Amino acid sequence: MTWVLRHREMALALLIAAMVVAVATYAPAFAAPASLLGVLNDTAFLFMLAVGQTMVLLTRGIDLSVAANLALTGMLVALVGQYGPDLPGPVYLVLAAVIGAGLGLVIGGLIGGLGIPPIVVSLGALAIYRGLIVVIGGGDQVNASEMGAGFQAFPKVALFGLTSPVWIAVAIALAAQVFLTRSRTGRSLYAVGGNPVAARYCGVSVERIEVLVYVLSGAIAGICGYLWVARYGVAYSEIALGYELTVIAACVIGGVSIGGGVGTVPGALLGALFLGVVVNALPTMQVSPFWQMAVAGAVILGAVVLNARAEAQSGKLILPEARRT
Amino acid sequence: MTPALSIRNVTKRFPGVTALDCVSFDLLPGTVTALVGENGAGKSTIVKILTGIYTPDDGQVLVEDAPARFASPKDAWGAGIAAIHQETVMFDELSVAENVFMGHMPGGRLIDRAAMVARTEALLTRIDADFGASVLLKNLSVAQKHMVEVARALSHKARVVIMDEPTAALSRHEIGELFTLVARLRAEGRAILFISHKFDEIFRISDRWVCLRDGKLAGQGLTAEVTEPELVRLMVGRPVDQVFPKRQISLGEVVLEVDGLSNATEFADLSFDLRRGEILGFYGLVGAGRSEAMQCLFGLTRPTRGTVRRDGRPLTIRKPADAIAAGFAYVPEDRQHQGAALSLGIRENTTLASLAAHVKGWFLSAGSERRETRMLGERLDVRAATWETAVGNLSGGNQQKVVIAKWLATRPRVVILDEPTKGIDVGSKAAVHDFIGELAEEGLAVILVTSELPEAMGLADRLLVMHEGRIVARFTRGDWSAEAIVAAATGAGDKAA
Repeated sequence: MTWVLRHREMALALLIAAMVVAVATYAPAFAAPASLLGVLNDTAFLFMLAVGQTMVLLTRGIDLSVAANLALTGMLVALVGQYGPDLPGPVYLVLAAVIGAGLGLVIGGLIGGLGIPPIVVSLGALAIYRGLIVVIGGGDQVNASEMGAGFQAFPKVALFGLTSPVWIAVAIALAAQVFLTRSRTGRSLYAVGGNPVAARYCGVSVERIEVLVYVLSGAIAGICGYLWVARYGVAYSEIALGYELTVIAACVIGGVSIGGGVGTVPGALLGALFLGVVVNALPTMQVSPFWQMAVAGAVILGAVVLNARAEAQSGKLILPEARRT
Repeated sequence: MTPALSIRNVTKRFPGVTALDCVSFDLLPGTVTALVGENGAGKSTIVKILTGIYTPDDGQVLVEDAPARFASPKDAWGAGIAAIHQETVMFDELSVAENVFMGHMPGGRLIDRAAMVARTEALLTRIDADFGASVLLKNLSVAQKHMVEVARALSHKARVVIMDEPTAALSRHEIGELFTLVARLRAEGRAILFISHKFDEIFRISDRWVCLRDGKLAGQGLTAEVTEPELVRLMVGRPVDQVFPKRQISLGEVVLEVDGLSNATEFADLSFDLRRGEILGFYGLVGAGRSEAMQCLFGLTRPTRGTVRRDGRPLTIRKPADAIAAGFAYVPEDRQHQGAALSLGIRENTTLASLAAHVKGWFLSAGSERRETRMLGERLDVRAATWETAVGNLSGGNQQKVVIAKWLATRPRVVILDEPTKGIDVGSKAAVHDFIGELAEEGLAVILVTSELPEAMGLADRLLVMHEGRIVARFTRGDWSAEAIVAAATGAGDKAA
């Protein structure tokens, strides 16, 4: 049991399982296979974005522009879909990844190249990207009727009851896991976040790593942008409004440290799943829609507090003097 | 005369070291007492106890013969003890008046600004300050900031004023002004504890002296009755040559030649060479420019002038990666900021500077990393539950061993060790010393930057002494004395040639 508690991922997985069981005793329909698969389908975007954000957080950064990037990229590919030929879904997927990576490069360049604090840069980019959606869309939205069939079909393709966004999330998560645990560059992410000065002494180019993580996070946001717009059949300026905070909450619940250097892909995925279960369980438990947001927030806070306590108990006192004064 | 402050048998222990061992002395009103001692002798621990940052494990502090307990800095202020630090710790964006009265602003729930400004102006007039109470602190010079700290001390009606190397950042003229102020405080009957490494200042300003060595009281007396060589002997005070048995190593060919290395402000005209198997010591006071020079050599900063040759060929080092490729390794002084990534495991830290060696095919090989970590960890005697344990959970000594392991993993030819035993326990210290000798024996060239005289004299083949950014003396093993080295480092005289 102590072994389980010591491994944050295991503890979180048990917590999620307990939550599913508890909800199912109250509302048995929730535990039906179709319903559980539905939870995964609904959470696919959160999985992907949490993985991207994890890489940013590992380097002591933060990317508040992911949801705005998602919406802007979604609008751009929707316009391509509206005015261009009807291309197969994967082509849009690649296009969206490139656009998203470009938007990520802009903030990565400012953060890594010029050394401006990530929170300032990504907050500024958030406003600019949201604003640009209105500009390029001429203030209008792109509706399902204006999107081609190929454009819209891709996110609805399903295999074993899971739609393509879930499978793409699986692919992204696997790639990120290999990248972070088995590659030199991936290891550098932990070094940069764990101790940027030491990383520099070891010959790691901190600036390049910083640019890289925002590009990767941006590419993932871009992919989500296409899938989101195509799945819900609408592109406009307020898509995924405020979603960046949900993404960061998922990472934190999953044990990714805002202070950098600590976190894993499985942790971030479980954090996202935790939120996915909460959000999907509340309506089935007939919690009043007025209360759902507040309850979800309270559950998030509770999970974070539990995490913080687990951290404190491990007895790490790095700077005893700093704590005294 | 009742002492303003008495320290009675104060002992302070940290894991593995006794920083203060049964120290007693008095501070008398109207007297300037100089506190002298080598780096690490316990001076700053005394200051921290008197200002309520540390509590003593044993012994007590008396304020005018009444026992006092300082659980926090606020208690110390309340007892009339004020400290002025070498780098002022105040609020740059606030006004002088706000800085002076921070924590005890006049008024009830709302600040009585008028009273605060008026009282500050009165204090500033008393100390002849040439600036007003409403100036923002960031617009003042370092010397003027010291005056603000003095005003702050006066606002607390401080009986005891501690000055911790207050002249370190001051020009000659500003030092003169500070000393006028010290004389005024003395005339007002306050007790002053003056900490400085500079002998000329000690003899100019102090009435009494207290000398610490290795956490113990080495002596005290009247300044008029002591000479500079006597003080130096008390500070050093032990037959240092016997502390570490020096390994006999025959020196090989010249590996490194540095000629005229300079940067804009911190060091100038450093020239030296280094042979295989040699340990070259860099001794000096904190702030003499030694670490800055090493960081420059390692490509962390750019020199303004100077050449570096390895094996006779000129090197261009623009970034740390170049230095690593050229066979340099740098174990920095400040482990927590520069050395280890505390959240990462021992394995990740050990292989961080040499990851390329562990790439098998496309991926990092955890097995190869583990083998290397085990090999180096066992060789350096790193004590940990597993090789995956986070470095932040290790003791200081073991953290230092991991940082050294990381650099040995790069298979370097020139190893720069910057204060390798700073803040680690006695046992680990001996292991690190032994290990430094082993490195030299294997034919590595070692640069040892140290502020500890026994360490420098115990390990080095040659010793370069730096003072204010320049090499002021060069000694060869067997042809040195502790007194001459300390004298050169403090800039006391030109006894060293």
